[in-house]
Amino acid sequence: MRTIWYEETLIAMIRIEIDGQAVDVERDTTILQAARQLAIDIPALCHHAAVKPYSACRICTVEVIRRGRSQLTASCSYPIREEIQVLTNSERVIHARRVLMELLLAQCPESKDIRDLAHRLGVENTRFRTRGEGSNCILCGLCVRVCRDVIGVSAISFVNRGWKREVKTPFDAPSEVCIACRACAHVCPTGAIQAEDISGNRMLSFWQTSRELQACASCGRPFAPGAEVQHLTRGRDDLRESLGICPQCRRTETGGRLERWTTSAQSRAIKDHGTP
Amino acid sequence: MKKIRTIAELGTLRAALERERESAKVWISVSNETCARANGSDKVIAALDEELRKQGLADQVRVKGTGCSGFCDRNPMVVVFPKEIAYQRVSPDDAAEIVGKTLIKGQVVERLLHHDGKGHAVQHEADLPFYRYQKRLVLRNHGRLDPTDITDYLASGGYTALSQALTMSSEQVIEEISRSGLRGRGGGGFLTGRKWKSCREAHGETKYVICNADEGDPGAYMDRSVLEGNPHSVIEGMIIGAYAIGARMGYVYVRAEYPLAVTNLVIALQQARDCGLLGENILGTGFNFDIRVNRGGGAFVCGESTALMASLEGRVGEPEVKHIHTAESGLWEKPTNLNNVETWANVPVIINKGADWFASIGTEKSKGTKIFSLVGKINNTGLVEVPMGTPLREIIYDIGGGIPHGKKFKAIQTGGPSGGCVPEELLDLPVDFDRLTEVGSMMGSGGMIVMDEGTCMVDVAKYFTGFLQDESCGKCVPCREGTAQMRQILSDICEGRGRPEDIDLLEELGHVVQDTSLCALGGTAANPMLSTLRHFRDEYEAHIFDHRCPAGVCTALIRYTIDVEKCNGCGVCAKQCPQNGVSGEKKQPHSIDQHLCIRCGICREVCRFEAILVN
Repeated sequence: MRTIWYEETLIAMIRIEIDGQAVDVERDTTILQAARQLAIDIPALCHHAAVKPYSACRICTVEVIRRGRSQLTASCSYPIREEIQVLTNSERVIHARRVLMELLLAQCPESKDIRDLAHRLGVENTRFRTRGEGSNCILCGLCVRVCRDVIGVSAISFVNRGWKREVKTPFDAPSEVCIACRACAHVCPTGAIQAEDISGNRMLSFWQTSRELQACASCGRPFAPGAEVQHLTRGRDDLRESLGICPQCRRTETGGRLERWTTSAQSRAIKDHGTP
Repeated sequence: MKKIRTIAELGTLRAALERERESAKVWISVSNETCARANGSDKVIAALDEELRKQGLADQVRVKGTGCSGFCDRNPMVVVFPKEIAYQRVSPDDAAEIVGKTLIKGQVVERLLHHDGKGHAVQHEADLPFYRYQKRLVLRNHGRLDPTDITDYLASGGYTALSQALTMSSEQVIEEISRSGLRGRGGGGFLTGRKWKSCREAHGETKYVICNADEGDPGAYMDRSVLEGNPHSVIEGMIIGAYAIGARMGYVYVRAEYPLAVTNLVIALQQARDCGLLGENILGTGFNFDIRVNRGGGAFVCGESTALMASLEGRVGEPEVKHIHTAESGLWEKPTNLNNVETWANVPVIINKGADWFASIGTEKSKGTKIFSLVGKINNTGLVEVPMGTPLREIIYDIGGGIPHGKKFKAIQTGGPSGGCVPEELLDLPVDFDRLTEVGSMMGSGGMIVMDEGTCMVDVAKYFTGFLQDESCGKCVPCREGTAQMRQILSDICEGRGRPEDIDLLEELGHVVQDTSLCALGGTAANPMLSTLRHFRDEYEAHIFDHRCPAGVCTALIRYTIDVEKCNGCGVCAKQCPQNGVSGEKKQPHSIDQHLCIRCGICREVCRFEAILVN
């Protein structure tokens, strides 16, 4: 292994090659991260920087040549620990991704995002029989992981095994713990989860859950689910005031405070030095 | 039982137990594992006890419920020692005769002996063809030990390997295991010594050893038998392993569907603890180690190492990416060594007999013996332990006694659901890790399912693919969606909807599932389909192009008709047909109404004149 010691950081760098381009990375950098450093695009569906790699969609599959041996692997979770050669566009990789896209097309034929990605990868139709039942969920697990690992609520989880797997709230009933923060909808790569604010409530129909929106303490407009505000301010009295008002009012208020502060700073400066 | 404080004390105790066993020469063993209990072995033991009491022999003759000696088909097996006269399929009613004739008069009960194909009766267990070609190391004491009595194990040389290992350095123990060439018996075939070494060398104070007893392959029960029949051999192996690796805690992950294995294991652990063979300061050496039992909820995928550890930790048993070995970061992110039941049970044998002796058995790269569960269309169903490299033909014909009802052999499925089918022309293949992989199958944990000419290979592929589809955890796309689609296409073919392009599509999909799946379940899920395509492509083609199932299994592709030459109009089939689809005059050839026929095959089963044809 070729190790370069950067004196100022004392971090061992490993030189790898992706599609013929060399790049030096820290140990345990993933191939996907390294490729992004080189602006090489690797498609991925279940990957998100906010959560740990999960390696479920396998769309980020690349070919790794290590000690003379070639294998396909998911680039999102492969930790670089030695000199390797990576091919992100070899025939084998392209073929594998296309078959995987065909499987996803059979699973979620109506998803626009899946069709678009398939098109990008050169797949227009699937040779497999349609299996999906109208849902656009590809079971990538991003919603589950974000809800558990980032939000810390675990309102949803996978249920059942294998081809019967689904994402559900406990007992498939409206969630008791969901704070309707819609982080799940935000990370969903296929738009299967949607959040809508209707008449003072936030609806997450995918989870059959709705939460009442709290009125802004300043303008009185409903702006965020009360449950979410409570969750964010739990044990943080210092935040209670600023998170109790809507983003717009918060901006206005912050702007006003800033203005008052600058004005007073100016007048202080004039008083002290005679000039602003 | 009193705590044993030193290695020397264990030796003294063992010598005393051996003397005690020698003085009680006459005793009776009754196989009493799950398979035997299903056939009433419990009642046989009770009947024998009762009879001995009646005859006033209860104090002199002990009846022992033992592990199954492997010939499961003939259970309950009763062996009368010291002459080792073996009786098969014994019922409680036979107890009086066994005690009266064999024990008191010294005569043999002829009708309960094993009769070979030529009508000869075989008296001694060791002379049965089923055992004669085996080499039993792990199963050596099955049928001789009471698994719930640690003194039985001690008296038969149990825990001598532990005494020996504790006088060696941990490096020496690892070196011995490495030199023996032992490879993981769970299916991976990784060198056990190397695995131990990397776990030993991994950073961290806390380390774990785990025994994988989540045996899930349909038709395979080697691990169940070892845990039920000789749990101490596994415990001893684990203690030695923990000593070598530097682990202080061990777990046995056993499926909850093995209640007797769990019971016997828990009893054995408690006895070992009471004797001071587990716990603090084992045999006065300052080495601390204990084992806990965890029951798995019955997910096949939990046999995969990362899923097993997730389940042990209390999380959902789903595999994770394994770029960093569990030897470095496993259970609770600590260095963890996971071995299968049979691997652990081999450890005491190696320490006792030496690495060189062990390495002299088997082939160049696969050492020692392997237990196979021989099931399916075979005369002698049971567990067989043979040296690595034994040809399949010998296992099937010499030990297994060939195919029942004079039918022709077609294929043998090895390696469990993720394994493959090996055809007739490869029967002389010496069975070891590498050779089975070469022909598109695998060793797996040792399941062997024999199939005869009446088996449709497409149907077999559909069955195993369906099993894996149901057992896939569903995390990654290729395994979840790929197995479902493979199964769909195979069903289509079996049901007469096969398209000409399906064979190529299956192969293409199979290779992608193999290449891109997250864990070994998906990585091998295409094997049943790919190996049958490789060796029985003509059957797939017959289904798709000729709309014909050559084995006469796939109901959508077969027709039952009556041979007018053979049918004498007895009317039995007409009476049995659930559709009332057979008609005809008495004593005149009958015929089947194809519109009514649901192809259940009952007519064919009940016909005594072989007049029902399948085409």
